[in-house]
Amino acid sequence: MIDKHESIIIKTISRILAPFVQLYALYVIMHGHTSPGGGFQGGVILGASFILLAIAFGIDEVKERFAERILTTFTSMGVFIYGFIGFVCFVLGANFLDYGILPVVEPRGMGMLGIEIGVGITVMAVMVSIFYDLSTYE
Amino acid sequence: MRIFYYILTCITGLLLIYGVSDMPKWGDPHSPASLHVSPRYIEKTLEETEVPNMVTAVLADYRGFDTFGETTVIFTAAVSCLLILRKRKKEKDV
Repeated sequence: MIDKHESIIIKTISRILAPFVQLYALYVIMHGHTSPGGGFQGGVILGASFILLAIAFGIDEVKERFAERILTTFTSMGVFIYGFIGFVCFVLGANFLDYGILPVVEPRGMGMLGIEIGVGITVMAVMVSIFYDLSTYE
Repeated sequence: MRIFYYILTCITGLLLIYGVSDMPKWGDPHSPASLHVSPRYIEKTLEETEVPNMVTAVLADYRGFDTFGETTVIFTAAVSCLLILRKRKKEKDV
């Protein structure tokens, strides 16, 4: 069980740092198909920001804002987004995960972006979920 | 008995090093790895997928099935952690 940290320096720094870490994580996910990065990397950074908050402010306070129930939903939602995009391609008449047929601008890039968002959501939720489970186990 | 293990470890290590010496040189353009599919990915990625990042194109487009499996593996890891470690509220009260 991780309790609230006593040092005010750690609490202030992590409070200021967390939004920037999350913004950077979203950038890594969104630019996955044009520059280095992607769903796995961005998801890990996003999950690490929540773990940073949990270490600084205690796991109970983070659990109040980001409950385990929501995390479990996110874990399965990411995989669902991935499979759904693949299935949409399938329904429109191409192979499974053959993004070329999607009715959007730059269909292949957008398809990759979509599945990377799915992967990012899953990785983030899995990181935080495993951290919660391990740190609250007695 | 301990010395026997040391000798066994050394022999295995030497065998592995001997095996490595047979591999192609680092960055060798004539090695099998850079002759088969790599040139095709490098030449055709931009044309076929309209995406400048080759790594992501291979990961998410050419091998989309594989990445789908990876995501499912991570999902399974979280679910098994949840099943083993998380306490249900009913058990907490007892």
